[in-house]
Order: sequence, then C-alpha cells, then structure tokens
Amino acid sequence: MSTEFAQKSHDAMADPKLQLAIYTSTARLKQNRIDAVSPAALPDYQELRAHANAIKKHTIDNLDHYLEVFGRNVAAHGGKVVYCKDGTEVSDFVLNLAKERAAHLIVKSKSMTTEEVDLNERLEHHGLESVETDLGEYILQLAHERPYHIVAPALHMTRYQVADLFERELHAPRETVIEKQTALARSVLRQKFLAADIGISGANFLVADSGAVVIVENEGNARLTTSAPKIHIAVAGIEKVIPRAQDLATFLKLLARSATGQLLSVYTSFLSGPRRAGEIDGPDEFYVVLLDNGRTRLLPDKGKRQSLFCIRCGACLNTCPVYRKIGGHSFPWVYSGPIGAILTPQFMGIQHEPALPFASSLCGACGEVCPVKIDIPKVLLDLRSDVKKSDAREGRNRLEKLGFRAFAWLMTHPPLFEMAGRIGRSMGWPTSRKGPLGAWLSERDLPPLPAHSFREMWRRR
Amino acid sequence: MSRDNILHKIRTALGRGAGQAVADPPPARIRIPQVAMEDRIASMLERVRVLAGQAVVSDDPRAFVANAIAGKSAVASNAPFLAECGIAGLAGVRSGITNREELRQLCTTADIGITSADYALADTGTLVLFSSPQEARMISLLPPAHIAVVPRARILTGLDELFAVLPNPAEATSSMVLITGPSRTADIEQILVRGVHGPGLLTVVVV
Repeated sequence: MSTEFAQKSHDAMADPKLQLAIYTSTARLKQNRIDAVSPAALPDYQELRAHANAIKKHTIDNLDHYLEVFGRNVAAHGGKVVYCKDGTEVSDFVLNLAKERAAHLIVKSKSMTTEEVDLNERLEHHGLESVETDLGEYILQLAHERPYHIVAPALHMTRYQVADLFERELHAPRETVIEKQTALARSVLRQKFLAADIGISGANFLVADSGAVVIVENEGNARLTTSAPKIHIAVAGIEKVIPRAQDLATFLKLLARSATGQLLSVYTSFLSGPRRAGEIDGPDEFYVVLLDNGRTRLLPDKGKRQSLFCIRCGACLNTCPVYRKIGGHSFPWVYSGPIGAILTPQFMGIQHEPALPFASSLCGACGEVCPVKIDIPKVLLDLRSDVKKSDAREGRNRLEKLGFRAFAWLMTHPPLFEMAGRIGRSMGWPTSRKGPLGAWLSERDLPPLPAHSFREMWRRR
Repeated sequence: MSRDNILHKIRTALGRGAGQAVADPPPARIRIPQVAMEDRIASMLERVRVLAGQAVVSDDPRAFVANAIAGKSAVASNAPFLAECGIAGLAGVRSGITNREELRQLCTTADIGITSADYALADTGTLVLFSSPQEARMISLLPPAHIAVVPRARILTGLDELFAVLPNPAEATSSMVLITGPSRTADIEQILVRGVHGPGLLTVVVV
C-alpha cells in the first residue's frame, strides 16, 4: 500500500472531529435515501433501477451513435459540440474562446468532470478569473481543497472553519451563524454572476433526441451560471448521454432520491441551445464540451464498462463502511468512495494507486444502493485481479504470491495442514511488525488463535 | 481532430462500424396514473407546503397578489395569463419589459418576481417554466421571492405525464426549468438554509 493513501486514511481515522462530521452527514444522507426509495414512498423503485440500468447499457453499447445524434440536435438548435480528449484540450478551447470574446470573468457551477482536469487552475494560470458558485465548492475553492464528497463537497468542514476562511479570504467580520455565512456568499457571488462573461456548468444528462443538457441542483447557481452570462459552456463526460427526453422520467426519479432523499432537486434545467428569437434573456452562445479523459479506455471490457453508468448520486459513499471511516480526501483522485475505487484505477491506470480496489470489505452495500445497478463489488474484484496480473508481469510481490501458493499446496494436503496448524498454534502469531510480513500485517487484525482446531474438536465430540 | 479520433476509439472499443445501425432502445417507461383534478390540486398544495413554500387556491389572484406585494416592489413576466388576471397592471408591479439589461436591473432590485407556469406537477409540487418572449429566466431567479400564478388546468400528475405531453421539450423552448420548492443548500454542516442564489420564498397560486 502506498504510504500516502495509508497515511491519509490513518490520519482521518485518528481525527475525532472529522469522524463525527463524516458519520453524521453520511448517516443523514443515507437515511434520507432509505426513506425516499422505501416501498411506501416509491413502489416501483426496483423496476426503475432495472430500467435505468437497461437504458444505460444500451446507450453505452452504442455510444458513438448517440453522441452523433446528440451533436446533430445541438447543432439544429444553434449550439456547438466540441470533443476534447483531455484537460489541456478543454482549457485550450475555453482560453481561445475567452480571448476571441475578450472575456475575463468566468462563473462555474458544480461539475465533477471539470474537477477531473483541474479546469479552474488551468484557466487561472492563464490569467482568467474562474469562480465556483455552489456554496460548498466556493468554500473549497477559497480553501484550495478538493471536494470531499460527490454531492456534499464541504461535508468535512465546520461552521467555525468556514468562519475563519471567510474572515481571511473575504475580509469580512467573523461570522459563525450558517444563515449569515450563506447570505455573505450569496452577495459576493451575486456580483460575480452579474459581471461574468462566461458560465461553465457540468451536465447530469445529455439528451440525444433533443440536443439538450440537463442540470440538477438545489441552490440556483447553475441556473444563474447558464443564463446570466452571454456564453454558456457545458462540460460533460461522453458517457452522460441518454437516448430520449422521456428517459428522464426514469432517471430524475432515481437521482435526487438516491443523492439527498428529495423527490426532485429544487431546480432541474433542460437546456437546448442559446436563447431563441424574441427571448429577453439567456446566453447568446451555447457550447457542449464532450470530454474523453480516459473514458474510452474503459469501453473494451464488457464487464467493467458498466462503471460508466454512474449518475454521480453519491449513495455508495454514504453507505460504504470504508468511506465512512477514511473520508473523501484519503482517496487518491477526485472521485472517492466505492465509485472512486472503480473509476480511479480505470481512468488513471491501476498503478496510480494499486491498493485502491483492495480498500473494500466487499460487503456489497454499494451495489445494493446504486440506482443504476452498477455491480461495484464485481468490478472491484475484476480490478483486484488486474492488479495482481500486473504485479506478476512486472515481478512485484513475488513473496506474497509464493506464500499463497504454498498455502494452497498445504491446504490440499490434510495431514501436513493439520501438523502446520499444531505448530502454528503452539508458536502464536508473529508479534513483530518488522520483516517481510510487517507490511502485510500492518493493515490486518489477526483473530485470536483457538486452543484446538475444528478437526480436533470434531474427533473428540 | 479530437472528434473523429474519439469516435473512432469508441467504435473500435465497442466493435462497431461507422454509421452502423442501432437496435431500438428499451421502450421509454411512462406510467400516468388517473388522478382527479381536485386531488391533483390538493397534492400540489401539500407538496409545495412541505418544501416550506406557500400554496393557495384563489378565485381572485389579483387581490391575493396585491396583498402579497403590500408596498414592496415587483417585476412581472409578460405571460398573457398574468395580464388576463390583472396582475401585470397592479400598483408596484413593473411588466412588459423586452430589454435584457433593463430586465436584469429590475430583477436585481425588485423584492418579488411574478411569473405564470407552463405546467405544474402535482406529485412533487413542481412548477414547469419555459423560457420565451413571454417568460424570461431572471424573474423566477434573481428576486428574493417568487410568486407563480398557475391556471388549474395546467396541473399534470407528474414527470411521466409531462414527458408524455412533451416528448421533446427542445421543440417548445430553449430552456425548460422544473422548480421544486425554494432555493436551498445544506453545504455547511448539513444545516438547511433557504434562498442561497435563487428565491428563498416561493408562493404558488392555483387559479
């Protein structure tokens, strides 16, 4: 296990305030979801899940077709689709457009996809001001931190930390009342919205038959981002496309319920192109950036392809016993929790953090709560196998492999196995964490050794 | 060019040829329950109230809105229904604006934005607004309070019926927004705060 992943996990578990924050927030989100999808609240929940899975499967299996249909329909409504293979291409596109339009100020609404490619940093590096407008994301931008959670980005911070941050960064009098902190952010960001030249949003869905971008949010910042500036750019992963607007009747019912327990988020925007003739407001220009950034690498494997079904609800994080202990920032990339454990190795390569697919108890809770029925435990197992194959190819962890081979041989020879057990029990577990077993044992608790083996007890019964 | 490159990578990975035909997707799942109008109205009111919005049925929306304005400033959309109800002409209400900058100025200072709605969804308490020359985006977004005046005939049962009536909303508008309750956040310590960026007060008047 890489020291950074292990160290951050240990640090998080040793911080009682952080543990309490993670526990209470995820417990609330988790319970809200359970209530919202209960048979009394949503009798056809399981049918909706199965249907959502079938639509996602069909779309991903025919992804090129639906992207082309989407592109044609965006163009038909006066918008433009731009394909980008990585973060450099996204920032180049935005920078060029900003230069041509003499734009300086960008407002951004929440987007995990732009987090993947550090879009803000890239744009600010070239002299543009790019401001996050979701309250949680704004706090994190001021603190120079990554989202802690897919839907509750500042879940780990207390009002007192926010108070310190706002005092320092906004030069406002210290304020610890959450309502007043929110009002302060509102007034600062309102001025940004009204002055911004470009709005950059993410997308929850791309609707092929309508050429529309669908954005789901609670605050209203995404509506402002997409309608106040004269230019709207939506940045979305290529996997976000769905065939028809009618499919939203399925997905919208699942998304908010799984994320926060709401029946629908406060604002669902269905945006197709720039403002039309006679409309008083809305953007004059409408762009959709379709980002690959490693997604096409997932497609060849029919089993693991389902990782791209994810609609970013965060339900698997809230229910995961590992996420709930080690928190979001221990994970080595922008996506945390079970979905992060399957996306990160596939987007970034398994050697980015080979321990990641192993940081799971395989309890199966993530798969059970997934609204699009991604079999996350199965994908984790496949990735573990990939890590081991890669280790074998590169000659890593030979000792561990040898150990397991010896163990397998021993288990198929009962008399020897029994003898080894007797010797082992008389010696006890190794207590030293040094030596070749040290690293292996440092992450595992060994059960107490029984006085007698099962076989011995069976014979004496 | 990245477009062709990415599409080529996708096709290769999926084992598909360019322009290869696609089987039909699973049929869309649309289930519309039979719900009497009186029950739809009751559900609409209840859902909006659960979300901390105000909701009423009114035979005299003009009087209700006049009472709600009570000396405050308001900007109303150009929806014909608001004019029909006499709301656009109320004292303190600015209406008939067709200039983007003027509208934005008014919306940043007004206390209340007044709109109609193209549809409402009874089972979630949702307003459905299409952007159009009659209905600008900023009026339901910038002022701290939003009043929506909705003819009862526009109340649908829910999302399924909306997408049955409108299989392709992009044909009707460049921007359809579903509004379900007042603007809210729980980003600091999971404490619910209303009116972050959008209106913190929402009033639905069913006529």
